[in-house]
Amino acid sequence: MVVDTLTDEQVDLLFHALADATRRDIVKRAMTGEHSVSGLASGYAMSFAAVQKHVAVLERAGLVTKSRRGRERLVRTDIKTINQASELLDRFEELWRTRVNMMSELLAQDPGATP
Amino acid sequence: MTMISVDKNLENLTLAFTAEFSATPEQVWQLWADPRLFEKWWGPPEYPATVVDHEFRPGGRVRYYMTGPEGEKYHGRSQIVALDPPQSLEFTDGFLDDDGNEVDEMPSMANRVEIAEIDRGTRMVITTTFPSLEAMEQLIEMGAQEGMQLALGQIDDLLASMT
Repeated sequence: MVVDTLTDEQVDLLFHALADATRRDIVKRAMTGEHSVSGLASGYAMSFAAVQKHVAVLERAGLVTKSRRGRERLVRTDIKTINQASELLDRFEELWRTRVNMMSELLAQDPGATP
Repeated sequence: MTMISVDKNLENLTLAFTAEFSATPEQVWQLWADPRLFEKWWGPPEYPATVVDHEFRPGGRVRYYMTGPEGEKYHGRSQIVALDPPQSLEFTDGFLDDDGNEVDEMPSMANRVEIAEIDRGTRMVITTTFPSLEAMEQLIEMGAQEGMQLALGQIDDLLASMT
């Protein structure tokens, strides 16, 4: 049974957010724990403002959450959303599992097949 | 178990499936090359595939449609890029419009099938690469629609059996 947990709009935001290499990298880095936006920005050859924009896109898509500590904004990846993205791939996997099972059955019916 | 491993790589937009069969590489190859056999496994059980055109050669096109429980048709096609029987096949696969015509903006996925003899039979590795995340979303969502209708059909059956 396919359970759809994301609306079309959410899926669009999600995949738009993941379509950029810098944003994918931010998601990966923020998976290991909280990172400040300035800390993240120091890792890229772009302005603090540009990195802040990327973080905002990720936040809208639900891929990261932001919290405040003193003057710093801390970014953390929301694993729940990542899992929802991988559910799409799970559906594709399910299709191939079905196909492989049917191939296997067909080969078993083939009198020439080895046991 | 015939599916040995599934390798999903969200970053490279690649999925690789490895399956093993108790059969010869030639027999596994025939499942791809023979349209009557291909029809028996390509579509999910409730969505059997019917091959319309079968140009199984480099540059050729295999056109098919899948028929759902309500008689609805989903058209698709595979464009054969390269083949080397019985060990490798490369093709792109995508959906067509309701009349079975090409749709310009429709993305397609690139597939590579590798078939090799092993001690206990044959190993088949199929690697699918999506051109972009957006394309992956679109292709899987479209494919998943069939799964969704399948699930809905099962609910209908369940309700019918309760009355």
